Amino acid sequence: MGKIKPRAYYRETLNGGFIATKINYMLGWGRKYSLFHYPFITACCGMEYMSAACAHWDFDRFGAGMTTFSPRQADMLFVVGTISQKEAPVLKTVYDQMCEPNWVIACGACAVSGGIYDNYAVVQGIDKIIPVDVYIPGCPPRPETILNAIEKLQEKIQHQKQDWQWKIKK
Amino acid sequence: MTRIQKEASKESLLINMGPSHPAMHGTIRIMLELDGEVVRNSEVEVGYLHRGFEKTCEHKTYFNLLPYTDRLNYVSPLINNLGYVMTMEKMLEIEAPERAQYIRVIMSEFSRVSDHLTALAAMTMECGAFTVFLYYIQAREEIWNFIEQTTGARMTTSYIRIGGVRADLHPDFKGLMDKAMKVTRRVLKDVKGLLDKNKIWIDRTRDIAVVNPEMAVNYGFTGPCLRASGVSYDVRKAHPYLVYDQLEFEVPLGDKGDNFDRYMVRMKEMEQSLRIIEQAVEKMPDSASRAGLMVKGIEPDEAIKASRSKKAEERVNLSPNLQGSEKDVRPDILVKGKKYTVPPKEDTYTNIEGLINHFKFFMSGHGIRPPKGDVYFSVEGGNGELGFYIVSDGTDNPYRLHLRAPCLHIVSALEEMIKGHYIADIIPTFGSTNMIGGELDR
Amino acid sequence: MENKKVIEALKKTFPEKVTEIPDRLGDTIVRIEKDALLNIMEFLKNRPCEFTMLLDLTCVDYLSSKGCFEMVYHLFSISSNNRIRIKTEVRKNELDIDSLSDLWKNTNWLEREVFDMFGINFKGHPDMRRLFMYEGFEGYPLRKDYPLRKRQPKIPLRRLT
Repeated sequence: MGKIKPRAYYRETLNGGFIATKINYMLGWGRKYSLFHYPFITACCGMEYMSAACAHWDFDRFGAGMTTFSPRQADMLFVVGTISQKEAPVLKTVYDQMCEPNWVIACGACAVSGGIYDNYAVVQGIDKIIPVDVYIPGCPPRPETILNAIEKLQEKIQHQKQDWQWKIKK
Repeated sequence: MTRIQKEASKESLLINMGPSHPAMHGTIRIMLELDGEVVRNSEVEVGYLHRGFEKTCEHKTYFNLLPYTDRLNYVSPLINNLGYVMTMEKMLEIEAPERAQYIRVIMSEFSRVSDHLTALAAMTMECGAFTVFLYYIQAREEIWNFIEQTTGARMTTSYIRIGGVRADLHPDFKGLMDKAMKVTRRVLKDVKGLLDKNKIWIDRTRDIAVVNPEMAVNYGFTGPCLRASGVSYDVRKAHPYLVYDQLEFEVPLGDKGDNFDRYMVRMKEMEQSLRIIEQAVEKMPDSASRAGLMVKGIEPDEAIKASRSKKAEERVNLSPNLQGSEKDVRPDILVKGKKYTVPPKEDTYTNIEGLINHFKFFMSGHGIRPPKGDVYFSVEGGNGELGFYIVSDGTDNPYRLHLRAPCLHIVSALEEMIKGHYIADIIPTFGSTNMIGGELDR
Repeated sequence: MENKKVIEALKKTFPEKVTEIPDRLGDTIVRIEKDALLNIMEFLKNRPCEFTMLLDLTCVDYLSSKGCFEMVYHLFSISSNNRIRIKTEVRKNELDIDSLSDLWKNTNWLEREVFDMFGINFKGHPDMRRLFMYEGFEGYPLRKDYPLRKRQPKIPLRRLT
């Protein structure tokens, strides 16, 4: 840039109809505001998820309002509620079908660690089955906590190393 | 090799629905044998949310297992609390004070409304009526605001305790309660306008999955699903508990037992519930304590400091939500006797007897120890008769605790209900059974 | 028909098979012999007793103390608004009992649940499989000798570092 001040630099370049940025940053910016999510709802936390998704709390404000019920079209897997041993293969199948890049939110104490159900039937945290990006505590978490988790995930997406199709892989 | 795979004929198509399907609530799997679009045969598989509730309870004390009951039917946790607590009260032969009984009625009726709202919201959304869904959830949000104000939690409240309730109503409860009632009434009116004579809605629900009274009784239906078939059985009327025999309400009945009737009965029941709440608030005896709902006192940390040098006599000021811990309010909302209730917090923190009582209440092997025997008691839950069967062996853990889950009986009839209907009819039918995983699979 | 009369009628029709258990809480409890279960249930379901609804069916494990399981049935009569509790013992050496699936349809699932959780076999049940647990699960979780935390994962779990 030399001696030109950054502001003036952008003003000049934008007059030319383009901006200069890092492709990593741009992809992150694009991805964090278009989180298509797949709600994998099994239990109590689903009621709070419903509240968070509806008009009162409305997480569409964060670009995460688009619900897809096909894992192939989803960016984010929202695991809401207890995962029992019987449900575990289902969750694994759903996760395996998701395209890269994908993110996983474990919502509620049961998804995080098994919660109060420390017994023969319940998987002690979904990270025993699939990798998790954001953990939401609470039994069940309040809608604000869910919104906060989405913000946290956006921050993570913005700053992580993005993967794209034409990137030269070593 | 499942049953349906063995039974299926070679020409028909086998298709799998769920457990990860938007209309199956994540916890149920239906395997269908299709002839074109018509369901010829089906097999329902449950157990995807089996959390070992009954086994876990055998390892908890009677007081400690209360939070697990919240998570059975998680849309109406207060009724689940009530069912368990009333069973224990029957076993211990104690009765809650009158004001506590009215508070219980108010809370459980609000829970019933929120249960029906959610059930219908899910049912309508899955049929495509998204507006109605948003309306219903708005009303539910207001109800949960009220519940949160008094109990301290939106859903999993553990508010109703053995011998009474955890806290008295919030000093300003009337404001949020009136708002909740107003919004709910408005939503019910709006939804009626949107759905009751809606051609699409009627076409999708009328004469679908008809359950005649004989079948309903044979399958053990209770609650709205049984009443939609025209059988008048409501635990609140048949075996009145709390103060339901002093309150006026009707039991709405359906005539055909199809999906539309199940929708209609729930709508009418919500209105009756609101009616019950209004009466209960009016009849509820005032707080007998001299100080009323608001008790002035010193801050807890000051009380603890003071108790280090001498016995603290002043009242302790605690959060207005948790007034159950106030000595003054306790006679209104909890039974007497240190055997059944947690000692007042101000005693626990400031004098030695209180601390010992507290310790003895929670120490394993002590606490609530009902006499040997078994007991069954049921309340009217959101889905029907919610019964608890508890076997006690004289220790502080239940020897066996069994829940009579109303929706297990209803969902077990699903195979027969969807037989011969189109595949699209499964969705409203399944919605109208109001399957709640926590209660069904336990 | 009132519960007193029901018990009288039961005792009259099935002498030696029926004993009434007094209950301090006022519930009606009847203990019956296992081999007479089907006949007694049929008698109770039809007129004049009219216990048309099977409210609940469950099982209690007394293996360590009495060496048996106890089946508990709750019946309800809509016409007379009465509940009755029927108990019968299943000895350890012969873990089977007649299925009630011809009388009430909800027993289909309820008996499968008891089979799943306690391992009691129901003779004449159309489809005896586990209800809640999965295929390949060993043991019966609600028996007292099954440890609370004995896990049998269906898929291999990730090892976390």
